[in-house]
Amino acid sequence: MDDQTKRKNWLGLLAKSCPNTVNQLCKNLDEARSYDWLRQPEVGGVMVRGRMGGTGSAFNMGEITVTRCSLRLPDGVVGHGYVQGRDKTHATNAALVDALMQTDRADQIDSDVLQPLRQKRAQQQAAIQARANATKVDFFTMVRGDD
Amino acid sequence: MELSALSGGFDNAAHQSATAFRAIMNVMARPGVIETVTGAVPPKGLSIAAGSLLLTLCDPETKLHLAGELDTKIIRDWLSFHTGAPIVPAAQADFAIGAWEDLMPLTQYAIGTDQYPDRAATLIVELPALTQSGVTLTGPGIQTSAALSLPAIEPFRLNAALFPLGCDFFFTAGDQIAALPRTTKLESTPCM
Repeated sequence: MDDQTKRKNWLGLLAKSCPNTVNQLCKNLDEARSYDWLRQPEVGGVMVRGRMGGTGSAFNMGEITVTRCSLRLPDGVVGHGYVQGRDKTHATNAALVDALMQTDRADQIDSDVLQPLRQKRAQQQAAIQARANATKVDFFTMVRGDD
Repeated sequence: MELSALSGGFDNAAHQSATAFRAIMNVMARPGVIETVTGAVPPKGLSIAAGSLLLTLCDPETKLHLAGELDTKIIRDWLSFHTGAPIVPAAQADFAIGAWEDLMPLTQYAIGTDQYPDRAATLIVELPALTQSGVTLTGPGIQTSAALSLPAIEPFRLNAALFPLGCDFFFTAGDQIAALPRTTKLESTPCM
């Protein structure tokens, strides 16, 4: 996996995780909170586009609220946070984690913050899948024996 | 993307852009008046006034043209991070910025249509200095007459003759800003 894909993955994870969980896990990052704002947290809307069944052309599904911010650590590393919803602390924490993941503290942040988020996400997805699986219907045809 | 392309935005966007907007509106309403706008710290090449003006008025829906020496990577990056404005050729621009010579000829910019005279380009002219002297201005927003150090006279006269169509102009130097809407009439100072 190249650096950009890895960064995409952790930013996606942070964006989709529950704000409370992220903020709880980031409480211990307080010593790293000496950053400068490049862009203070701001709330806006983005259009979500969808595509039916993986084919067909894309259509506008609806707008969602997004909060974004950008910050710079004292050593010059820049972090961007884009999260769903209007929780500015969540966006700040996402940007902070993004910045720290580019420093030599990456491994520690990965195990302290990202790993628990990944587990939680996997659990949620498994739960959704289980719910969907319960409605599965197996179609079968009886042998008609008419030849 | 270089670091200075990310820094230098408004650090209190709500207040700074409102204050800047007030100044920008005032100078356009009262041609010849010079105000100061601050807040932005743009990369080298852009003045503070021009940077603050762009941060205040530009967004992803305003097409911007960078004329001449201003079309550098760092300025493009700075504007795309802070405003998201698309950079376009002169003919499609809603806003164009550059030195006076680089912005020429004026005929390449949109002057609006009879149905939509507002679809005209607004030009931001970067000047070395801005003083209330030189060309005499009269017209709407000016009680008797005003004066402004314009870089030329004839192009602005021709532009004013297009009314209700035509471009509007901002002039920026350092943190100072003045404006010349298409409604203003120009007279050169009478010879002594």
